Amino acid sequence: MGEAAFTNPDAGGHFGPYGGRYVPETLMAPLEELTEAFDVARDDAGFQAEFEALLRDYSGRPTPLFHAARLTEHAGGARLYLKREDLSHTGSHKINNALGQVLLARRMGKRRVIAETGAGQHGVATATVCALFGLQCVVYMGTEDVRRQSLNVFRMRLLGAEVREVDSGSRTLKDAINEALRDWVTNVADTYYLLGSALGPHPYPRMVRDFQSVIGREARAQILAAEGRLPDALMACVGGGSNSIGLFHPFLKDEGIRMIGVEAGGTGAELGQHAARFNQKGGGRPGVLQGTLSYVLQDERGQIASTHSISAGLDYPSIGPEHAFLHDAGRVEYVSASDDEALEAFQTISQLEGIIPALESAHAVAHSLKLAREMSREQTIVVNLSGRGDKDVHTVADRLGGELQQAAEELP
Amino acid sequence: MSRIGEAFERLRREGQRGFIPYITAGDPDLDTTRALVVELARAGATLVELGVPFSDPVADGPTIQRASERALRHGFSLEDVLQTLAAARAQTDVPVILFSYFNPLLQFGVERLAREARRAGAHGILATDLVPEESGDFNSTLARHGLDQIFLAAPTTSDARLRMIAERASGFVYAVSRAGITGARANLSAEAERLVARLRRVSDLPVAVGFGISTREQVADVWRYADAAVVGSALVAEIEKHAGRPDLVASIGHLARALIPAQG
Repeated sequence: MGEAAFTNPDAGGHFGPYGGRYVPETLMAPLEELTEAFDVARDDAGFQAEFEALLRDYSGRPTPLFHAARLTEHAGGARLYLKREDLSHTGSHKINNALGQVLLARRMGKRRVIAETGAGQHGVATATVCALFGLQCVVYMGTEDVRRQSLNVFRMRLLGAEVREVDSGSRTLKDAINEALRDWVTNVADTYYLLGSALGPHPYPRMVRDFQSVIGREARAQILAAEGRLPDALMACVGGGSNSIGLFHPFLKDEGIRMIGVEAGGTGAELGQHAARFNQKGGGRPGVLQGTLSYVLQDERGQIASTHSISAGLDYPSIGPEHAFLHDAGRVEYVSASDDEALEAFQTISQLEGIIPALESAHAVAHSLKLAREMSREQTIVVNLSGRGDKDVHTVADRLGGELQQAAEELP
Repeated sequence: MSRIGEAFERLRREGQRGFIPYITAGDPDLDTTRALVVELARAGATLVELGVPFSDPVADGPTIQRASERALRHGFSLEDVLQTLAAARAQTDVPVILFSYFNPLLQFGVERLAREARRAGAHGILATDLVPEESGDFNSTLARHGLDQIFLAAPTTSDARLRMIAERASGFVYAVSRAGITGARANLSAEAERLVARLRRVSDLPVAVGFGISTREQVADVWRYADAAVVGSALVAEIEKHAGRPDLVASIGHLARALIPAQG
């Protein structure tokens, strides 16, 4: 942090026309209080030192940048490097943001922390940092996600958090955020809302991005050390967009680098079958959801659409506002990978590299294999492996059933 | 002066206070909504808040969430809500404000909304997630069409923000009784009275208090210090209870009358 940024929002949190604060009036005061606390912390060497020490000593940073030689050979083109966020404490990049925000919560004197979670990774990260600092922790999670991610629910409870199941709407991440916002609006005085992605009202999109930018800063130094030059492309999956913006942001000014965000293509292009917000034929267009103006999957009446993805962490109808800005500016390309493509990539990387990725990250792996084939052997792609896949083994086993053995035999 | 302004002015002249019922359009169906607007006016409503349902109502508690879900199952559009209001206009001239969230209004088109809402007989719009900072275009478009924009003020709102809200608001200011979502509460906090006092120092606009008011006693309490009381979830819960029954409209009229304290 502290470096000159390609895109910092204006004082109201706008990235071009996107972002801002679209919230009930009750939340304006806590958002202003949070913005002020974050602005002070950002320029405070003591805060930064404390944050960096936790990232290093507690979370195990820096995470490695690993040259995936067999995956590279399999794709037959550009050299693939994996940024190993899956090796972070708690198993995903989510811990970076949770550590940054819990330090803010402490500074602000808040004793109660609430969070939403989709795949459960952010919920686990939040439960973890609350245990570390002795704070009360409540995590909202849709009942559909509770079913898909029962292992993470147990982890959160083990860490001392209360998991509240949300049985409204689509019973996924979106509904968990609604319920967390309702909790916050009711308990503003003593509660800190630890939002997990680069979403929501200002200052969250900028703050979460800044805490996650450690991914890109490390990757930049690591690829320079390994290759002696910057990469040709960066690849990351995009749900709300925190692991991708964390990787991309420190490279935004490097004009020659392609950046690709991979959305969830789900099972088809019809509204309701996917979570590809930039798929305008599929119902994505600018709108307001949960505090921010961005691309939103919605019907013609402005009602928010249901989404589908095999990965709970990408199953969300909107996307962080900075992504909307970068999309319109043409700086970042957005593509999608289907459930089936992600499942195939999940098995491929497991069997070729001995790394079981989160299903979310498998979307990025799937597209990087495609892109690598179109590039030369001298070129490089950095793929953000945002999380590990232990949590997804049940889902994958259900989907593949007896096919697993067969799939293995088909690999080289 | 707007119709809403006139309604409050008349109350003031007569030394009276106002009663503002909220219902969700399309719950249980739009035809009943039309009948309910007429019945609530007859029961003595100063103005009626007509909720335009949204799939993700973050400011609402379970009662209005369920009403929104029931209404959305019909698949009607905002245009249909406006037609319902226009139909009610044959029987009542009670002021009506649309109460919703920004996205369905934005997708309808702000200019089109202002034009068609006015034509249908609406007098103001409240978008619960649209604060003054983000409402520049919306605010001026409504003003151009002679519609009031109602803003929320909350106990957490600073004096500086209250001044900003007062500058942008017209018709009346909606004071939220407490930090929280909509829904009945056994006790009203003293926060509401303090908020209204702070609002009085920065604005001459009438002030209505809402969120959590569900009994005649609570309405009477709010009337001590505010110009009007809003009752939403208590009515919506009664609508839920009577859904599909022929006495629904009469029951809501009966409850509304029971909620309004006697005035001299």
